[in-house]
Amino acid sequence: MHTLAVKLATADGRVLTPVAPADSPLAIRGLTVSYGEKPAVFSVDATFAPEAMTAIIGPNGAGKSTLLKAALGIVPRVSGDVTVFGRPLAAARSRIAYVPQRASVDWDFPTTVIDVVLMGMYRRLGLLGRLRPSHRETARACLERVGMADFADRQIGQLSGGQQQRVFLARALAQSADLYLLDEPFAGVDAATERAIIDVLKALNAERKAVVCVHHDLATVDSYFDHVFLINVRKIAEGPVATTFTSAHLQATYGGRLAMAHIEQLNIADHAS
Amino acid sequence: MASEFVQFSLTPILIGSLAAVACALPGNFLVLRRQALIGDAISHVVLPGIVVAFLVTATVSTLPMLLGAAGAAVVAVVLIEAIKRLGRIEPGAAMGVTFTALFAAGVLLLEQSDTSSVHLDVEHALMGNLESLIWLRGTGWDALVDWRALQGLPPELGRMAAACALVALLTIVFWRPLKISTFDEGFAQALNLPTTAIGLGLVVVAAMAAVAAFDAVGSIIVIAMFICPPAAARLMTNRLESQVAWSVVFAIASAVLGYVLAGYGPGWLGAHNAVSAAGMIAAVSGAILALACLFGPHRARIGAGKEASPV
Repeated sequence: MHTLAVKLATADGRVLTPVAPADSPLAIRGLTVSYGEKPAVFSVDATFAPEAMTAIIGPNGAGKSTLLKAALGIVPRVSGDVTVFGRPLAAARSRIAYVPQRASVDWDFPTTVIDVVLMGMYRRLGLLGRLRPSHRETARACLERVGMADFADRQIGQLSGGQQQRVFLARALAQSADLYLLDEPFAGVDAATERAIIDVLKALNAERKAVVCVHHDLATVDSYFDHVFLINVRKIAEGPVATTFTSAHLQATYGGRLAMAHIEQLNIADHAS
Repeated sequence: MASEFVQFSLTPILIGSLAAVACALPGNFLVLRRQALIGDAISHVVLPGIVVAFLVTATVSTLPMLLGAAGAAVVAVVLIEAIKRLGRIEPGAAMGVTFTALFAAGVLLLEQSDTSSVHLDVEHALMGNLESLIWLRGTGWDALVDWRALQGLPPELGRMAAACALVALLTIVFWRPLKISTFDEGFAQALNLPTTAIGLGLVVVAAMAAVAAFDAVGSIIVIAMFICPPAAARLMTNRLESQVAWSVVFAIASAVLGYVLAGYGPGWLGAHNAVSAAGMIAAVSGAILALACLFGPHRARIGAGKEASPV
């Protein structure tokens, strides 16, 4: 266990549960990430539920994306341990598929839709492994699942935002992982794409895969997800939607920024009381 | 006519083409990563490094020059960071200041040191000595199969061919990680690709190409070849594989056309003196880019120039 993580947790008045449950697809202990002087994520524990659809929810700048990136080792951790299916991150990386924010790449890059999906198969292809017709067929099947098979040979810059997001999802499917981490997959996409993406994610979940999404739209949490993780730099709460997605927790997450009236509009059944 | 061509034009054209290709290959990735300026920077920083290496070893050989250039690159990086932090100046300005200052220092150093025994002076640093890389024993096309004549080939040809082959080999071997990390760095990191090492490796390979080419063709060609052929190639296609192929075609076309125009062009216009081959090669590559901008099939791409908007 990371000693700094223990120190931070102690300073925070908490006791770290030292061992992460082995059946959790992603367990984080004492994670702190800092971009400047202020921490973006502070002393966070997370135990994502197995075979669940989890939404990570919090206001802008709450560290939602950072939590995912730090869990993947994309941004450096000040402290914290990450276990994936009970094993260290390095040993279980191949079981994770990651979908970054669509806006994080230059869509003018000279490549085609099918090429982007094939990037998801890098672990199988390796540095110089020969690209076989079977690889292309798999990539096409992934495009088929997200309804983008007809666009296989298009340049990626010619796609709409929603189509780009589907291509990213197809690339994640090509990784044939057991844990899917998606950073705002519904941001700036059309209604049809949102429907297509959630259908694919639910189908993955039905195949007993774990899905974790950074999510913004509080109105769809209840229908899309079965678990939530509420964060605002520190962890606020985590658990099943029915017991955790409560007005009290949302107030604690969003502070005064989310008016009570807004919460009531969401028709949250307050099971917690 | 044939013997004159083989003796005086064949080897400079070959060396020019190899240098152009060696720079254009890493240039493709530098341009796509929006680091095109790094090619420019490298070719500037290389000069003081090479001069210092010469002053220390008193020879113009490849290894000390590479080490000198690498040392200069490290100094440049440290200086840029220092200027950025101490002066609170934006990165572009810090880079610009550092590279021009180091290049100027290299020029001063070169002027003050005794380099009369070797081909190392300010003019050479800028324009190389392409025209002097002739093959006196190459008295005709049959010299290509004559072992004795082949031994008289300028050593720059072998050096440049080796450098170009190494750059091409590295590009092929690391193609997939280079492509993935250039397109989507976050995804590449999630795949556990060593993105920092890949980025650094790309710059090192570019520096190696620059040092190897510098000796034969000078910094004008190096700067032009890092940027012009890849940028023109991007306008010809929407696939990275064909873009790199086009950039090689454009690099070779610039070298061949540029050398021929510099050597024979003024004669066609009735003038007697040839013009600088290095200058003409760089100018041709610029002209190719201009033509690609005007007539390239993929110059009006959807989303071109549109910045990724924060969501």
